[in-house]
Amino acid sequence: MIDKIRSADRRRVGILTSVGDRWRALPKWQKAIGVVALLVFLYHLPYLGKLPGGLMIPGLNNLRTDSIEGGNNWAGVLFVCAIYVLVAIGLNVVVGLAGLLDLGYIGFFAIGAYSVALFGSVNSPVVKWIQQEFNLPPTWAVTWGICLLLAIVLTMISGVLLGWPTLRLRGDYLAIVTLGFGEIIRIVARNATGVTNGPVGISAIPGPEGPPSADNKVFGLIDAKPWYWLAITFVLLMVVLVRRLEHSRVGRAWLAVREDEDAAAVMGVYPFKFKLWAFAMGAALGGLSGFLFGSRNAFIDPTQFNANLSILFVAMVVVGGSGNMIGVSLGAVLLAYLPERFRDFADYRWLVFGLAMVLVMILRPQGLIPSRRRARELKDRAAEAEEAPAHV
Amino acid sequence: MHFDELIGHLGQHTVDGLSKGAIYALIALGYTLVYGVLRLINFAHSEVFMVGTFAVLILWTQLGVQNNPPVGQAILFLVLGLVVAAVASGGTALALERIAYRPLRRKNAPPLIFLITAIGLSLVFVELFGQVLPKLLGTVLPEAFGRPRQIVGMPTIIQQETLFTIGNTAITNIQLIVFVAAVAMMALLDWFINRTRYGRGVRAVAQNPETAALMGVNQERVIMLIFVLGGIMAGAAALLWSMRFGFTQNSIGFVLGLKAFTAAVLGGIGNLRGALLGGLFLGVVEVYGATLFASNWEDVIAFVVLIVVLMFRPTGLLGESLGRARA
Repeated sequence: MIDKIRSADRRRVGILTSVGDRWRALPKWQKAIGVVALLVFLYHLPYLGKLPGGLMIPGLNNLRTDSIEGGNNWAGVLFVCAIYVLVAIGLNVVVGLAGLLDLGYIGFFAIGAYSVALFGSVNSPVVKWIQQEFNLPPTWAVTWGICLLLAIVLTMISGVLLGWPTLRLRGDYLAIVTLGFGEIIRIVARNATGVTNGPVGISAIPGPEGPPSADNKVFGLIDAKPWYWLAITFVLLMVVLVRRLEHSRVGRAWLAVREDEDAAAVMGVYPFKFKLWAFAMGAALGGLSGFLFGSRNAFIDPTQFNANLSILFVAMVVVGGSGNMIGVSLGAVLLAYLPERFRDFADYRWLVFGLAMVLVMILRPQGLIPSRRRARELKDRAAEAEEAPAHV
Repeated sequence: MHFDELIGHLGQHTVDGLSKGAIYALIALGYTLVYGVLRLINFAHSEVFMVGTFAVLILWTQLGVQNNPPVGQAILFLVLGLVVAAVASGGTALALERIAYRPLRRKNAPPLIFLITAIGLSLVFVELFGQVLPKLLGTVLPEAFGRPRQIVGMPTIIQQETLFTIGNTAITNIQLIVFVAAVAMMALLDWFINRTRYGRGVRAVAQNPETAALMGVNQERVIMLIFVLGGIMAGAAALLWSMRFGFTQNSIGFVLGLKAFTAAVLGGIGNLRGALLGGLFLGVVEVYGATLFASNWEDVIAFVVLIVVLMFRPTGLLGESLGRARA
C-alpha cells in the first residue's frame, strides 16, 4: 500500500518538475500571457463560481467556504489565506533559505498588528498620551500609511534585537529561544495594560480610509473583497521582491550559510551578518502581514497571538516545501483554507490536520512542492542512509 | 518591585521554587535523553506527560478514591498511580517513536522534519483526549471524559499541611514528597545511565553510533530504551503533578513542555544532571521573578533568563554531554 503511494508520488513529482522545466523553456510572450492569466485569476477569486446574473457554477461554487452551512465569508477567508501567504513567504526566507528555525514568528506578526493599533487608533493609550503631550485634538492619530512604515521599521528592529544575541546559538537552541520570544511578546501585550490596554484589546484600528466607520466607501468592516485585493497586491509585490533577493548575492549567501556555515565563512561570507539580514527581512514580512491583519480586523487583543499560531506558520512552510516560494504559498493556502471549507468536520479538523502533517512528512519529507535543490539534498541523505546500514 | 517581600521570605520562595522546578526537571529528562542520543527535539514529549496525568485520573476515579484517604491507602494509591502513569507514558513515548520517528530515521531526514511530525503528533494527542476519547468513552468514564476540553479535578490524596518550619520558612508535606521523589527518580536514572550495562550502551550510541554498532550495541534497542525511560520520568512527573495540583486538561502539556524544554536547554541539553539543575534553577527563578514583579510576568522572566544564560553559556549551564559523561 505504502509502496504504491510512493511510486505514484514519484510519478507526480516527475510531472511537477517537468511542468517547471516546460515553463522555463517557454518563449517570453507566452510567459507573459501565463502571468496575466494568473493575475486575472487571483483578482477574480472572490467571485469564484459566480456569474453576473446571480447564477452559480455548481462545481466551482462548492469550493467557496460560504457554500456550506455556517461557512465563513469567502472573501474574508481569501484575505486570511493572503496574509498567511505573506507570513509563509517571510518565514520561508528565515527557515527555507537561511535554514534558521524560528518558532516565534507570531511575535513579529503581533508587533506588526500592534504597531498599527498603538499608533493608528484613537483608543490606544499611546495615541492618547501623544495627544496630551502635544495638545493635539482628540481625533488625532497617526495615518495608515505612516503606520505601515512604522510597522515594517519596528518589526525589522525587533528582528535585529532578537537576532543579535541569539543568532550565534546553534539551530536547536535558536528554536526554543525564538519560541520564548513569541511568548514574551504576547505576555507583554497582555500585561502592559498602560501601553497596550492589556486583555481588553484595542479597537477602532484604522484602514486605508481612516478609522472604521459607516462612511468608508471601500474598506468597510462587512465587505472583505477590497481587503483581499489589497492583501494580494502586497503578496505579489513581496513575491517579486523576495524573488529578486533570492537570486542576488544575498540569496546565494543565505543558501551557502544554510548548507555549511563554516564553508561559507571560509569563502568570505560572514554568516552572522547574513543570518541577521534574513531575520530582519523575515520579520518585516511577518510585521506587514500582522499590520494587514490588525487593520482589517479593526480590533486586536493578546489572545489572537498565541504560540500555536507560530507552530502553524512553521508547518505551512515545511508542509508546503521549504525553500520554494510556490510550495510555501500552497502550504499557507491549504492550512488556512481546508479547516474553513470542511467545517462539517469542525470537531475533528485539528485531529485530521495533525494526522495529515505526520503523513505528509513521512511520505514526502521535502514538502508538497519542494525546491529542487532541497529535494536533491534529501535524496542524497536517504541514499547515504541506505549505503551505511550501520545507521539503521 | 517587591524587594522586601523577596528578601524577607527568601527561604520560603526558594522552597516553593524548588518543588516547582522538580517537576520541570523530571519532564526535562525526557527531552534531554532523546536529544543526547538522537540530536532531535522530541516536541511531542509534553503530550507524553499529559497522557500520564489522564492515566492517573482514570485510575483514581475508577478505584473510587475519596478525598483524604487514610495513610496506608494513600501510599497504595500513589504507588499504583506511579506504575500506571509510567506504563501509560512510557507506552505513549514508545508509540511515538515507532509512528513518527522511525520511518524518518530510515530516510535520514533532517531534524526540522522530525520537529514537524512531532508537532503533528502532539496535535493528534491533544485532539484525541479533547475530542475523540470523550465521544467514545464519555459515558463509560464520565469523570475523565465527561466534559471535553475542560479542566477536570482529581481526588486529593494527601492534604497539604505544614510539616516543619525553619525560621519563617514553612515546608509542607507535599513539597517535601515532590522534591524527594523527583530527586530520587533522577538519581535512579543517573545510576542507570552511568553504572549499568544498558546505560553504557546508551552512552556509547550517544557518543558514536557507528562504533557502538561495531561493538555490538543494538542501536534500535537503545533508542527504544531512551524513549521508554523518558516516558517513565514523564509518568512520574504526571503523578507528582496530580498529587500536588489535582487537575488535568487535554491541553495541559504545551506550557509545561515548553518550560521543561527551557529547563533542559538551561542546564545543557543532553546532560542528565544539567536537566536537574536547569529545572530547579528555572523553578526558583520563576518564583523569585513572580514575587519581585507580579505573578503574570513569570513566563517572561523564565524566557529572559534563558536568553541571558545562553548568551554567556551557549551550551547551557553544565554543557551538553550525555556521551561525554565519564565513560
